[in-house]
Amino acid sequence: MEGTAAPMSAEPQTGVVDMMLNMGPQHPATHGVFRMVLSIDGERVVGVRPHIGYLHRGSEKLSEHESYGQVITLFDRLDYVSNLNNELVFARAAEELMGVEAPERAQYIRTILCELNRVASHLLFIGTYALDVGAMTPVMYTFRERERVQNLFEHVTGARMMHNYFRIGGVKEDVPGDFAERVRSVVRHLREGVEETDRLLTFNEVYLARTRGVGVISAADAVSCGLTGPCLRGSGVAYDVRKAYPYEVYDRLEFDVPVGEFGDCWDRYWVRLQECYESLRMTEQALEQMPDGLVMAPGRRIARPPKGEAYAHAENPRGDIGVFLVSDGTDKPYRVKVRPPSFCNLVGLERMMDGAYVADAVAILGSLDIVLGEVDR
Amino acid sequence: MSVAATGHELAEPLRAAFGEAALSADDGAVYVAPGSIAEVCAYLRDDPALDFAMLNSLTAVDYVECFEVVYRLTSLRRNATCVVKTRVYGRDDPALPTVSGVWRGAVLQEREVYDLMGVRFEGHPDLRRILTWEGFEGHPLRRDYLEPPLPYTWPHGG
Repeated sequence: MEGTAAPMSAEPQTGVVDMMLNMGPQHPATHGVFRMVLSIDGERVVGVRPHIGYLHRGSEKLSEHESYGQVITLFDRLDYVSNLNNELVFARAAEELMGVEAPERAQYIRTILCELNRVASHLLFIGTYALDVGAMTPVMYTFRERERVQNLFEHVTGARMMHNYFRIGGVKEDVPGDFAERVRSVVRHLREGVEETDRLLTFNEVYLARTRGVGVISAADAVSCGLTGPCLRGSGVAYDVRKAYPYEVYDRLEFDVPVGEFGDCWDRYWVRLQECYESLRMTEQALEQMPDGLVMAPGRRIARPPKGEAYAHAENPRGDIGVFLVSDGTDKPYRVKVRPPSFCNLVGLERMMDGAYVADAVAILGSLDIVLGEVDR
Repeated sequence: MSVAATGHELAEPLRAAFGEAALSADDGAVYVAPGSIAEVCAYLRDDPALDFAMLNSLTAVDYVECFEVVYRLTSLRRNATCVVKTRVYGRDDPALPTVSGVWRGAVLQEREVYDLMGVRFEGHPDLRRILTWEGFEGHPLRRDYLEPPLPYTWPHGG
């Protein structure tokens, strides 16, 4: 697979620009505070310049002034619709740095919660994306289903968002006694709910007309742009961190990696939809295998890792999230770098928008499923 | 299974191809001269035995005496990763060549490093601040960055 390395130019290609159209930062379809300036030639987009940073809170700088355990609270606030997936990747990076391994039960708990969080995140995407392209109904169904996951999280962690539940070396506390029962019930309901949405939306004629063949990106371009997650798999590249570099207990679970065919908006949607089914499958398997035991590795509460570096990455609902930690031997990290999948996926926007209709700009941006908390950090 | 290439494994082909440009290697990474980073990256991408088609992450660490720029590469076909590092010295205007011609994905990440660390990438098509605003002074992720004293006013109003 050869990466095409044409230089990305900020200026429109044709030289004929009728108008520049500003979208955002306050625009319902940008799902946050994201602004892009479209160069328009007739009905066609010939250039796009994204402007980000409206939500920049300096998380990486703040992390340098917090102890390792406290940094987890900042990771909750990066990708605020899949909080637990973010917590996990920081906890794993710190564990690698400190040479700690979470007990088996904690790893299963983390896997189950992360997979349910993935379903919740994808359901949010499906609902709001349908809204973006003009379907008002599915969001009602997907939010009803997402609520079940939120309620479960509230029951387990005490919070609906910003859980602060994972710890370096395990989880905060063991799950409640009725955890298995409740997860089974949630999974059963979610599967029905996802199927219902699937029937309602996937092959709807209007929906197909809005998304099929729109925002196409080839596999070579997607790789060169550094897209990951459903955006990459939508173009037919089966790269999933859970398969390629198994972490936690993913090597013991059976699951498929759904891939798209053409790399258009519909394919990216379809990949996420299928991932919901796969995640529910994984949740059930993990629940069956979950052993009893400790949920926190024994050790000191205030950790001073040795000098060195650690990198951990994981499959977030949006793609390959990575955390690069540098330690100078004190109780605070010397440098924390997040490799944010939403931010990296934005590179593909220009290629997808090239030559698209103005009316499709919203559909294309929506299909990337960016979360601005993570883009801007 | 996946393979994480150690710096030593990577240093051999790089020394054969570039000689002195591959400075040193340890278990985690290979260190190359900043001036030849673009050629080294193009080689790592194009050589069929290496085939690092994707730039996973690009970042910099401020070690006060130098900036260490870290490139983390992924080969999807071989399911392998590697780390390439380069050190740029000087705090006034550290600069090294861009790799955005090798991987388009570097465009935004290099802008971020420029914005927050103040490392300039020569030949970058659109090197502007990205997370902070135009007119922002300083580079916040540097170790010697000091927050401007309060009360601080935003460029347009309050």
